This record gives sequence, structure tokens and C-alpha cells, in this order.
Amino acid sequence: MPFGNTHNNFKLNYKVEEEFPDLSKHNNHMAKVLTKEIYGKLRDKQTPSGYTLDDVIQTGVDNPGHPFIMTVGCVAGDEESYEVFKDLLDPIISDRHGGYKSTDKHKTDLNFENLKGGDDLDPNYVLSSRVRTGRSIKGYTLPPHNSRGERRAIEKLAVEALTSLDGEFKGKYYPLKSMTDAEQEQLISDHFLFDKPVSPLLTCAGMARDWPDARGIWHNDNKTFLVWVNEEDHLRVISMQKGGNMREVFRRFCVGLQKIEEIFKKHNHGFMWNEHLGYILTCPSNLGTGLRGGVHVKLPKLSTHPKFEEILTRLRLQKRGTGGVDTASVGGVFDISNADRLGSSEVEQVQLVVDGVKLMVEMEKKLEKGEAIDGMIPAQK
Amino acid sequence: MASSFTRILSSKRNVGILSLVGGSVAAGFLLHREHVTAGEPLRRRYPASAEYPDLRKHNNCMASNLTPAIYAKLCDKATPNGYTIDQAIQTGVDNPGHPFIKTVGLVAGDEESYEVFADLLDPVIKERHNGYDPRVMKHPTDLNATKIQSGVFDERYVLSSRVRTGRSIRGLSLPPACTRAERREVERVVVDALSGLKGDLAGKYYSLTLMTEQEQQQLIDDHFLFDKPVSPLLTCAGMARDWPDARGIWHNNEKTFLIWINEEDHTRVISMEKGGNMKRVFERFCRGLKEVERLIQERGWEFMWNERLGYILTCPSNLGTGLRAGVHVKLPRLGKDPRFSKILDNLRLQKRGTGGVDTAAVGGVFDISNLDRLGQSEVQLVQTVIDGVNYLIECEKRLEKGQDIKVPAPLKQFNH
Repeated sequence: MPFGNTHNNFKLNYKVEEEFPDLSKHNNHMAKVLTKEIYGKLRDKQTPSGYTLDDVIQTGVDNPGHPFIMTVGCVAGDEESYEVFKDLLDPIISDRHGGYKSTDKHKTDLNFENLKGGDDLDPNYVLSSRVRTGRSIKGYTLPPHNSRGERRAIEKLAVEALTSLDGEFKGKYYPLKSMTDAEQEQLISDHFLFDKPVSPLLTCAGMARDWPDARGIWHNDNKTFLVWVNEEDHLRVISMQKGGNMREVFRRFCVGLQKIEEIFKKHNHGFMWNEHLGYILTCPSNLGTGLRGGVHVKLPKLSTHPKFEEILTRLRLQKRGTGGVDTASVGGVFDISNADRLGSSEVEQVQLVVDGVKLMVEMEKKLEKGEAIDGMIPAQK
Repeated sequence: MASSFTRILSSKRNVGILSLVGGSVAAGFLLHREHVTAGEPLRRRYPASAEYPDLRKHNNCMASNLTPAIYAKLCDKATPNGYTIDQAIQTGVDNPGHPFIKTVGLVAGDEESYEVFADLLDPVIKERHNGYDPRVMKHPTDLNATKIQSGVFDERYVLSSRVRTGRSIRGLSLPPACTRAERREVERVVVDALSGLKGDLAGKYYSLTLMTEQEQQQLIDDHFLFDKPVSPLLTCAGMARDWPDARGIWHNNEKTFLIWINEEDHTRVISMEKGGNMKRVFERFCRGLKEVERLIQERGWEFMWNERLGYILTCPSNLGTGLRAGVHVKLPRLGKDPRFSKILDNLRLQKRGTGGVDTAAVGGVFDISNLDRLGQSEVQLVQTVIDGVNYLIECEKRLEKGQDIKVPAPLKQFNH
């Protein structure tokens, strides 16, 4: 799974040089790390569910990458991929996650009370706040590899868990394949609906197979807590609201996640997690917390300041356009979020966003008054 | 052709045709390929009913024929390459189809797919090929171009003539399932053979990975260059993997004989020229094909073929001859006549726009070609196109003079 070549073991009759992919025009983490030696060592291995090295790297072979953006170029098919293919994945993880070593331990902290401040971001600048992460259900293979039967079982478990929530989390599930036109319109207007992936980064990894079977969206009645089922990960969990109260968004995020996790544990299907890699997700870039906490913030002056990129780097933040990754900013509004995922906790990452955005808004205000901001530029965090 | 044939076994690799459930592939030679096991994967933990795809919104040949019972029977089988029914049908599950166009919805990963998954493939083939029953019928192959009659069209109407087919190299997996090494071997085998072509067939190979910008522009201007597939019908079947590795275009110096390597099939072979001399186009087609076959046989290889299904290609729609013979022809009046579709049907022809399948006709110019692929020989199909196009031109001439036209009687389909 998912493609025919992966159980085609006649390839082992060929020498490594004959099978090794041509990566001469490639610029992604996989292409930087994969040597003929590593390929030769791993090519006859598979995980217990049958995922192979060629499966792991196919998306990176098919998508050479962008000269400026460094994509990961590989995916996991199951929890064991990170073990069986560690000779390839550990150096990629280290490269992608700031030198994280194979002996390092990752800290998980979902205690929202440990967050300082975060409820006072200026709503004249901060238009909306959002925290997302992913979770994988232990015992099932991941979206690049799973079969229809598995995916449906994951959906069934997820829906059982989510529909048992109450209070501020009481909500409803909308399966993609049977939603009405009216429901679809509403979900689009709310900016909740996710589309069939068109990005070749995802389709070449087999994640769009059998669409829209067993895919769906659950959200609470208040429309502030949302779960995507079987898109790029088993579950993507999103807490969001208009305005700058990141503290409240994070509280709801932590409380909701913990409630969901309890229910899954009761069914003997906890989340994939270990003390080295934190939460296990499909893409190695989302290991650790899998958390992206961010705001849509108006920074028309600061964003044109020559030191903007440097400020973001020092604050350990990244920018995206308001359509998400790979989009342009519109009207000086940027999506600003944490750059790190692995090696720091949820609280630490959201703290960086809260503190960093607060500082940048102050810088924006200074620039509006025509004042310099050189004295405010922070040290590297 | 593949009848009894002895092959010099190469020391590097040996290829095996294994006899499988449901009957053997009629091939003359036996080679031995080492199957290397990397350990048995944990197979599905769910019953077939939990894995059966949701095909309620689907309209393709696979969806019409894949019953839960057939799926249950086939879901645990695999070809010697490890190709499974789930992989074969993936493209049809992912692409429900169009209400008006019925796509096939499945592909073969290797020659053995047509045997191992015969319970699904045979009814699909029967539906797609208008009743041809692979369980009882035999497919005739005939590449003797001298049998063609009156194959030169009126060039006031016919702008260009073209014949295409595909060929697969026996012993190597097909584009949905091949590994990089296998694909590179296809390229090596074919390019090596093509370098032996002489005279009007002598030519040159342009690898997609190595071609210069100038070469690329020239190939685009000649309308020869093929792109990375974007159609989800192909990408969902895994045919674009590792692009552009081991893909390329070969053409003769005269630009009348062209071969695509490792696009949707191992090879696609095209003979074409401006004007209406279909006889010469077909003659070059047959001669070129036979030369290429001789050259690969010299090196110990052969094409996938059997007497049940003819030439084996990736898509079941291209079995048999895999042949599409067509012209670009000006039929501005006939094209608007309400009887046009019926006339084409009865002549066993199809129309396409001048951009190929799924395009519209421009300026009254139509791409007219044979509907059938399997159950009739190459000579029969090309003759059908010649006779049919001549009839269409007669109709256009009559309409020009204000005379009436007749819908011809429907042609018989299979001649056995």
C-alpha cells in the first residue's frame, strides 16, 4: 500500500544503484539525507503493517521542492515507521527540528493555566486567534497507508468520542459524503470545510485515496472547537475565535483535547505518543506538539520593515498569508504562528506566540507614529 | 508474435511467467525470476465487507461490475509482483466518473493482473469492448499493410492521418506498479532496440531528464512532447510516480514515426503525416512495429501478447490491437447534421475534437477514429476507418451540392 511498487519485491533483484531515485534536482529534507547506503540498508525492511521505504519517500521523489521552501519529502505510514526507518527519519527530524537528537526527550504540557497573559492582545490589530494540532489513534495505520476498513473504523471511533462531549463542547458531525448542500454552504461560510487535497505533496503520498469516504468535520454548536477526521492526519483539532483572546482559545483547546483523549483511552485506543517524539503524526514536521498556534494580525508597516524576517526568526515565529501555508498576505494582514513543534511544550510554544505578537503590535504602533523600533528588537529566543 | 520461442537466458536477470489461478498465459517461453520475500506483512484485519468501496455515486466499468462477492473473492489475492485488487481499482474508486462518459475505472499492474483478477476483468472487458468475451473468443492480430484498399483520402478534406498503439515488454511490471529499476530497464531495452532502426526509420532518443531547452522547444513545436500526466485518472493509478525518471521520446529524423517511453504504457507507437495517405501511414506503422519487435527479440525480450486478449496494455480499453487510427477531417456541414452521431455509430467510428480526447471540434474539423480495439485485427480496423471516412467525405460533398445523405446500415462487430 498504497502503490504497486511497494510490495514488488522483484526490485530486490536489482542493485541499489538501479533502484535509487534520481534526486539531483531535489531540494527537500529527504533528498538531503537519503544516501545509497541508507537506501540499501532499509529497502528490504517493512513495518508490521507492510509500509516500506519506497512508500515513505515517494512524495519527496515526486516533489523536488522549491528553491526557497524546504519541504520534508517523506511521511510515516504508521507508528512503527519512525522506528523501522529511523536511520533515515532521525537525521531528517534533526534537520527539521533545530538539531533535535535521537536521545532527546520531548516535554508535553497541556495545562493552560501555565500560560502567562494572552488575553489582552489588541483586537484592533489581532483579528482572530487559533490553535491547532493533530492526534493519531494508536493501533491504526496513518492516512498514507490505511485501507478503507481502517479509515472507517477510525471515523466510527472519532464520531463516538466526539458526540459524547457536552457543555461548551456539545456539537455535531458532518460526514463529507452525505452532507446536504445547505450544510456544505454553511461550513464553507464558516471557513470550516476542508477540500479534497490537491497539493501533490499530499496526493503523491496517497492521502487522498477513496475520497470522500470516511472523512468529515465535527464542530461544537458555538463554532469555536472543530475536528477534522481523516484528512492529513486521523484527527486535526482546532480551537479558534475572532479577536485576540489567545488565552481563552488555548484553554478551550487544552480542555477539549483532554476530554477527547479520556474517551479514546476508555475504548483502549489512546493517542500515539512517546517520550522522544511526543505526539506521532503523518508528517515528521508535526511531531512533538503538532501545535500551530497563531493569529491573523494587521502589520502593514512592520511587515515592510527591513528587519521583519529577522524579528520573526528571533521570536521563533513564522509568517504565512491569510489563506494558510503558501498563500500571500492580503492588506497587510499576516498569519503569525510558532515555528517550533518538537523540543518544547504546548505552553511554551503558545507563550512565544502571545509574547511575540504583543511585541510586534507595539512595534507596529511605534512605526505608525513614525518612531524607530531598533531598541525593541529582541534577542534570539 | 509470442508463440513458442526460445530465449537466450541472460545471466543478470531471468523473468518468470507463473501459471496462476484460472488458467495460464499462453506464452512460449519459461524463464525463472527470483521472488525475494521481505517478510509477510500483516494483512487486513477487516472482513471484505468492511473494505468494499462505496460506489453508489460511481459510473465507470469497474463500479458496474465489482460486486461485493467478486471483491471478497479477490481481495486477498496478489500477482507475483504483489499487485492487489485494491491497487487495480484505486483509480476507479477515486474517480467516480462522468454521467455521460463511462471510464474504465481500473488498470493492470502487470501481465498477470489479467489472470489473477479475471473475475472482475473479464466482465469489464466484455462491457467495454461491446460484448467481446475473453473467456471464449480469440483476438486476431494482422499487421500486413498490403491488404489495405483505397487508403488515400481526398486532401481537400483530410488534413492529417495518424495511427497509434502501445506495446508492453514482457517480464516487466506496467506503469502503475513498476519500480524505478524496472522502468529504467524498459527505457534501456527499448532505446537500445530503436538505435538499430535504419533508413527512413532511423532516429534519435530524447530523455525527459536530459533534454536541452532547445530540444524541448523543438519537440513542443512539433507537437511531440508529452507532459507529466495531470489527469487524476492516471495519477490515482500511480503512473506519474518518480516523474520524469526514465521517460522520453524517440522519433525518426523525418518526424513520421514516434515512440513515447514510459508514459501511460511501456511504449506508445505513433505513425503520422500531414495529408490523407493513410495507407502509407499504416504501412510505416506495421513495418516500424515489426522491426522494433525483431530488434528486441534479438536481445532476448518480447512483447506481452496472448491469443485471448491480444496485446497487453495498462488500461483494459487498449487491449487487443491497442490501435487508434484516425484523421483530422473537415466536415463543416456534416458536423452540424443531426444524423452525424448515428452515421458515426453505424460506421463504428468516434469523433473527438482536434485536441484529442475530451476536446471540442474547431472550425468544423473533426478527429475521426475507430471505436473498437479488441476482437478485430489492425488491418480490419484501419480498413473500417478508411471506408468510413470515405463515406463521411461523400456525405459532405453531397451536402455541399444540396443533395441528401443516407445513414448507412450498421457494421457487424466481430467476424468470428
